[in-house]
Amino acid sequence: MNDKTELAKKTDTEVQPALKQAEPVMRPAVDIFEDESGITLHADMPGISKERLNVKVEGDTLTIEGDAEIPMAEGMEPLYADIRATHYRRSFTLGSEMDTEKVEANLKHGVLTLRIPKREEHKPRKIEVQVD
Amino acid sequence: MFGTTGLFDELQRIQREVESAFGATPWANGIRSSAGSFPPVNVGSTAEEVDVYFFAPGVDPATLDIAIQNNVLNVAGERRIIREEGASYYRNERFDGTFRRTFSLPEDIDPERVDANYKDGVLHVRLKRKESSKPKQIKVS
Repeated sequence: MNDKTELAKKTDTEVQPALKQAEPVMRPAVDIFEDESGITLHADMPGISKERLNVKVEGDTLTIEGDAEIPMAEGMEPLYADIRATHYRRSFTLGSEMDTEKVEANLKHGVLTLRIPKREEHKPRKIEVQVD
Repeated sequence: MFGTTGLFDELQRIQREVESAFGATPWANGIRSSAGSFPPVNVGSTAEEVDVYFFAPGVDPATLDIAIQNNVLNVAGERRIIREEGASYYRNERFDGTFRRTFSLPEDIDPERVDANYKDGVLHVRLKRKESSKPKQIKVS
């Protein structure tokens, strides 16, 4: 806790515009795979509930974002912390063949699953070879 | 195809690695404590209890094994990731396999009064301190 406040003070006194928005951000670990019909993404976002999750597509950029909620008793002092932030954010660039209108999102036990289908015309088609 | 790798994310990662290499806190330095990459853990303390948070998304709560012995908290479990056959993988960052993390607890924990709750991928273990060790107000007469 103290580390964080000290850091915040520093950025205020030393004028460093690039670091102004230095709220610590966690990058969720992801698995991404593609099959014939589209791309699936799994992201680890523990502490995220449906209400605090934001999935958006702007242009060709897909962003997943949210704030983790950790139940803490009043006056709690941190003894040890692997996790020093509660804000998750990560962005990906999508190809034009992805159908961003039909993205499906599912959240279970802190794991976000996104299914991004390919546009119909981009799905692989089997081409029959004609034999004369 | 994918990828926006921020410079600051990279710096943050390096910082994390340095911290874990040098063991930033005495809490994790108990002789029976084990450090691992999964799941990350936070520990907090109040006058009444010690709270341990395991950030373990996608775990079946039934596979979690939580035990306290010799004042050591031991949490073991398993996270299996089912890979899709015939799909091409671009990223494989998520932990797959069995895990175990142990922590030395403060002396005044009452092993009979512990509860655990798993919500949104966070396992929250609450360990109450013994009644006798709570701070008492002593009045000067």
